[in-house]
Amino acid sequence: MKVKLHGTRGAYPTSTLNNQTYGGNTPCIEIINGKERIIVDAGTGILGIDFDTFYKNDRIDILLTHLHMDHIQGLAFCKPFFNPNKEVHIWGPGGSPESLQARLNRFLSPPLFPIPLRDIPSNLIVEELPNTTFTIGNFVITAEYISHPGPTVGFRIQCGSKTITYMPDHEPVIGKEHLFPEDDWVSGFRLAHQSDLLIHDSQYSKKEYMNKVGWGHSSLEIAAEFCSRTAAKRLLLFHHDPAHSDDERTQMFKNFMKKTNYNFPIELAVQGDEIEV
Amino acid sequence: MSAHEIEIILSRQLADSLTVPVFIVNPEGTLIFYNEPAEEVLGEKFEDTGPMPVNVWGTSFFPQDEDGKDLAPEELPLVQTIKNKVPAHKTFWIKALNGKYTKISVTSIPIIGRSKKFSGAMAIFWNNDFIG
Repeated sequence: MKVKLHGTRGAYPTSTLNNQTYGGNTPCIEIINGKERIIVDAGTGILGIDFDTFYKNDRIDILLTHLHMDHIQGLAFCKPFFNPNKEVHIWGPGGSPESLQARLNRFLSPPLFPIPLRDIPSNLIVEELPNTTFTIGNFVITAEYISHPGPTVGFRIQCGSKTITYMPDHEPVIGKEHLFPEDDWVSGFRLAHQSDLLIHDSQYSKKEYMNKVGWGHSSLEIAAEFCSRTAAKRLLLFHHDPAHSDDERTQMFKNFMKKTNYNFPIELAVQGDEIEV
Repeated sequence: MSAHEIEIILSRQLADSLTVPVFIVNPEGTLIFYNEPAEEVLGEKFEDTGPMPVNVWGTSFFPQDEDGKDLAPEELPLVQTIKNKVPAHKTFWIKALNGKYTKISVTSIPIIGRSKKFSGAMAIFWNNDFIG
């Protein structure tokens, strides 16, 4: 199984020269298993996917962790949407009095977008995520609600013996320096447990986090503690703050690594990277 | 591997930041968390007791009605909320470890998250000595 990182930036896309190392696109990753592919999140990173080459099948699956703008803003310009021969399945969290389709339609309709969702030429199928494990091809997917404002899920995606956990926006403990001591009180624990690769929110430094408590994001320190606690095998730090230049982000990472001694690899997510799991 | 639902975890986070006693129970009525102010009501620390079944915590603070009659666990608001999945409220007396009787009011609410599954209940205790 492979993961391709099409967008790693949180909040809003950036195009400055200072943000080219880690990339300026907002969250979107592709999980690849042979000829099978699923897309997770539809930030501006989705616009970098080569649909003509890799999506020759009629069906395309896009999984959304939540509907905050940075995770859906690429959806409106996603090429298969405008191909009447494509069947596009959008999977996203329910958990709201309004249907997922109605919530998406708030963005994908005038005046924010020229045409309403119902007039998108492709065969669009909007599916609320079941509260159970489900399958798409050979991918076995578990979605669970995690700690982040609004209905938000994390994903555990298994294929064969390998597992990837994706939690781009997650504040596993609110306003505390450490996770609760008991595993069953840690948000998202089951999703990440013994995962081969954990892609996790790490927007802030420890100091910055103290002024952003409850905003739904993690510090590098909490992301690493979460990885350690869940016994995930590798940590990819994700959702870079667009207010940080890449130099600042690199320095923040170096400072953090100097103070830690975890026994698993920790890296900053880089847009365009393809990671073998 | 067991883990609590996110709404239960967030309830604990709320309880952890309140100065009033809070109990959180699972759908079976087992007391799965109580905060520091609640430790004064029970007289024991959560880290020492761990989770407690309803027949243990329901009698451990000797709840009594206005006439001094012992209340059975099923008469307590939290137990009623577990049974009926609706909010409940009651004012009654409890006996503290020092033997002093205290009049308290308890409000309990069901915890039902986005998945619409009944995950448990939370009770907030008010010591009537401090009201007004």
